[in-house]
Amino acid sequence: MSLATDRLQPSATSFDGLKTFIRSNSVWLLALALAVFFSLQSAFFLTPFNISNVLTQCVFVGLLAIGMTPVVISGNIDLSVGAVVGLTACIVVALQPYGLGVAVLAALAAGVLVGLVNGLIVEKMGISSFIVTLAMMSGIRGLTFLAIGDISLSSTDDRLNAFAMLAIGPISIVVVLFAGLAAVVGFVLRFTPHGRNTFAIGGNRSAAVDAGIAVSRHVIANFALCGLMAAICGIAMAANLGAAAPSFGRDYELLAITAVVLGGTRLQGGKGGVTGTLGAVLALAILRNGLNLLRVSPFYIPVIVGVVLIIALVLDRQVNGQAMRHGE
Amino acid sequence: MLDRKVDEDRSREGFAAAGEPLMRIRGIAKAFPGVRALAGVNLDVFAGEVHALCGENGAGKSTLMKILAGGIRPDAGEILHSGAAYEPKNPRDARNGGVVLIHQEMSLAPDLSVAENIFLGSLPCKWNGMIDRRKLNDDAERALKACGYDIDPAARVGDLPIARQQMVEIARAAAFPCSVVIFDEPTATLTEAEAESLFRTIERLRKNNVAIIYISHKMKEIFRLSDRISVLRDGETQATLRTADADEAQVMSLMIGRTLDRRQASTWKFAGNEVLTVSGLSSPGAFEDVGFSISEGEILGLYGLVGAGRSELAEAIFGLRPASGTLLWRGRPVTVRHPRDAVALGIGLVPEDRKKQGLVLGAGGRENVILANLARLSAWGLLRRTRAAALYSEFTERLRLRSPSPTTAVVTLSGGNQQKVVLAKWLATDPRLLILDEPTRGIDVGAKDEVYKIIRELAANGMAVLLISSEMPEVLGLSDRIVTMHHGRLTGEFKGGEVGEEDLIRAVMSTDHNRPAKPPAAA
Repeated sequence: MSLATDRLQPSATSFDGLKTFIRSNSVWLLALALAVFFSLQSAFFLTPFNISNVLTQCVFVGLLAIGMTPVVISGNIDLSVGAVVGLTACIVVALQPYGLGVAVLAALAAGVLVGLVNGLIVEKMGISSFIVTLAMMSGIRGLTFLAIGDISLSSTDDRLNAFAMLAIGPISIVVVLFAGLAAVVGFVLRFTPHGRNTFAIGGNRSAAVDAGIAVSRHVIANFALCGLMAAICGIAMAANLGAAAPSFGRDYELLAITAVVLGGTRLQGGKGGVTGTLGAVLALAILRNGLNLLRVSPFYIPVIVGVVLIIALVLDRQVNGQAMRHGE
Repeated sequence: MLDRKVDEDRSREGFAAAGEPLMRIRGIAKAFPGVRALAGVNLDVFAGEVHALCGENGAGKSTLMKILAGGIRPDAGEILHSGAAYEPKNPRDARNGGVVLIHQEMSLAPDLSVAENIFLGSLPCKWNGMIDRRKLNDDAERALKACGYDIDPAARVGDLPIARQQMVEIARAAAFPCSVVIFDEPTATLTEAEAESLFRTIERLRKNNVAIIYISHKMKEIFRLSDRISVLRDGETQATLRTADADEAQVMSLMIGRTLDRRQASTWKFAGNEVLTVSGLSSPGAFEDVGFSISEGEILGLYGLVGAGRSELAEAIFGLRPASGTLLWRGRPVTVRHPRDAVALGIGLVPEDRKKQGLVLGAGGRENVILANLARLSAWGLLRRTRAAALYSEFTERLRLRSPSPTTAVVTLSGGNQQKVVLAKWLATDPRLLILDEPTRGIDVGAKDEVYKIIRELAANGMAVLLISSEMPEVLGLSDRIVTMHHGRLTGEFKGGEVGEEDLIRAVMSTDHNRPAKPPAAA
C-alpha cells in the first residue's frame, strides 16, 4: 500500500478477496495437508472409526479454545480454564446426590463465576489478565484438591455417561454439541455488537473508549463466556469418562492457547476468529492422532506440536508481516 | 472554493461581534508533574468559523485539545459551550456534547470495517440482536458521501492508506451531530492532493455552521483556511487575530515571543577537525540524498518540522535504520549497522521520546546511567558497584541532576531531570559526537535553560553536537551552523549568527511546490 499516487486507490478486487480468504484460513489448509499426509501414510487414518476418534479428541481442547478466542481478541488471556475444568468436573460428579440437574447447573455456575471474578479483577483493578488468571488457576486447582483430595470420583448417575455415549451416526453427541457452541460463539463475534466491540477493544482500546463503548462490560462478558465454556468442557470430560478428578484439565490452558494462536488470533488482541481456532484445533488433533497411528513415541508429540507452532507463526509473520506490525 | 471575497460576504467581518461565541474558554490551567502545560488559556470560538491555533511545540496546544475532547480534565478555569458549562469527564461526554477531536494519530480499530468504525459504539441492531449490516453499510456510505469521500464501507480500515483512514475519522465525526470539530495537525501525514480534499471537507463543515479549531504548524494552510488565529505560548493565549488583518511575520513573532538568547557566534571553533561527514545518505521513505559534516566543538542545528525526516536521519546515523550512502568518521569511511557500532565509534543518541526510547522508567537514575556503560564498569562479567556509583555521582554533579536518591525510579522525576539522566547516560560513554533529538521537549522553561547550558559546555569541551529540534529559538540560540530539512531533503545551510527566523521558516515551509512524492506512509 503506497501513498505515492495522489489518486484514490480502487477498492479491493475479488482476487484480493481470494487471497485474504486463503491467508485468513491458512490453518485449514494445514489441517487438510496433514490429513492428506497421514491418510497416505496410514490406511487406518480415513476409517470412520478413526475420523470420529479425531473429532472427539478435538472436543475438550476445542471447547476451551473457542471460549478463549474472544478473550484473546479483546486483548486478554485466561490461564485458569484448565483448573476450571478440574473444578467443574468434580462438582458435576460430587453433587450428583442432589440430582443431576443441580449438579450440572452448579458446575456451569461455578465456571461463569470464575470468569466473572477474573474479568472484574482485570477491569476494575487494572491488573494484567495474565497475572489474575495465573493466580486464579493456582488457587482453584489447590482448592479443588483440598475439597476432594487426590482421588478420582466415580459418577453414580448413569444418565451423565449415557448422554456422552449418544451419537448421531458415527459422530458423538459431544462433537455435535461442540460444533454448535463453536458456531454460536463465531456468530456472536462476527455479527453482534458485542463481537465487533470485542474486536475494537483489542485493536485500539482507547478508540473503543473514545467511541463510548462500555469496554469493561464486554471484557468481563468474554471472561464469563470463557469460564462457561470451561465448565462445559469439565462436564463433558466427566461424562465421557464416567468419573472426575481434581487433576482434570491440567495443562489444557496451554493447549487451548496454542490452538488460538495457531488459528491466527493475535495474542495482543484485535484480530482473529473462531474459524481459525477451529481449524487449528482440528489440525492439532489430526497431528496427534496421525503421529499416534505412525507409532511415534508419545514423548515426541509435544515437541512436534511446539515446532509446528513456531513454524506456523514465523510463516504467518512472513506473509502477514505488515499487518502484524500495524497492530503492534 | 476558498475565495476570500465570498468569505467576507458571509461573516468574516462579523466574527468579533457576532453575539455569543459557541464555545467560550476562560482561564484554563493544567499542570503535569514537573511541567506547567497551561497557565491560563482564553479562547472564543464561533459557529461557522475556522479558528487556527498556533504555537511552538510545548506551547500547550495538545493539552488544550485533550481537555476539550474530554481526555484530561483541567485544574482550573471554565468552558462554556452554547452558554452552558462544559465539563466533559470522558471522550464520550465530549462527543455527546458535540465536540469531536480528529487525532493526530489515528483512533480507529484497524481490524474492523470502515462502516463499523464510523458507527463504533452505536452499531445498529436488528430485532434479534444481530448487527444490521445493510443499514450499517448504507448509513456509512451516506456519511462518507456527505463528506465527498469514495470509500468502500466494507473495507478493512487497517488496509487503507493513512490519508483514507483520516477520512474515515472525519466521516465518523460528521456522521453524528457535532458543533465543534478539532483538527490536530491533520495534514502532517498527507500528500498535497489529500490535503486539498481535507480542506474541502473543512470548508463543507464550516458551511454547515460547525466551529472548527485547526491546529497546524503550516502558515500557508492557516492563512488559507482560517477566519481567525489564536497564538498560544508557554501555556497562555498571546493574542487572537483576524486572519484578514494578520500576516505571517506577526504570527511568528507572537509564537516565538521571548527575545532570543543569541550566542555571540564564536569563530575559533571551526578550526576543529571534522568528526563526521555524511554524504548521499538515503533511506527510502524517510529522507533522500542528505549530506553534511560536523566538526569537533561544533553545534550543528538541524531544523525542520515534525515529519521532515530528522529523527529518521538520526536513527540512520546511529544504526537504527537501514540507509545507503557514505559516512566518514574522522576521515575514515565506516559502516554503522547497529547502535553497538555507533557507540563503539563514539556516537551517542539522546532520542526524541525519552520515555519510550531513552529510559528504563521503573529503574533508578543510577541504573539508567550505567546502562550504556556496562562493559566499562564491569570486570569479569560483574558490575563494579563502587565505580558505577562514582560515575553516577560525577554526572549528577556535572548536570545538576536533582533526584531524591540514585535508586528513585526515574518515572517519578520531572521531565527536565529525566532528560538529564538520559544525557548523563550518554555523556558517561564519553562520545565524540552527541546527537540530541528534541532535547527539551516537554520540559520546563527553567530546565530548558539548564539543558542549553550543558549543551554549550559540552561543545566548548570539544564535543560535536548534532541538535535536532523543531523549536526555532533553541536552534537559533545554540547552533554554530544550521541546516534545514523539509520532506526528507536538506533545503538550506546557514551560519548560526547570521540567520533569522524568517530564513529558517522559508527553508522548511515554502518549498511545497517542488516537494518530492510523499514517501509511503506504511514505512
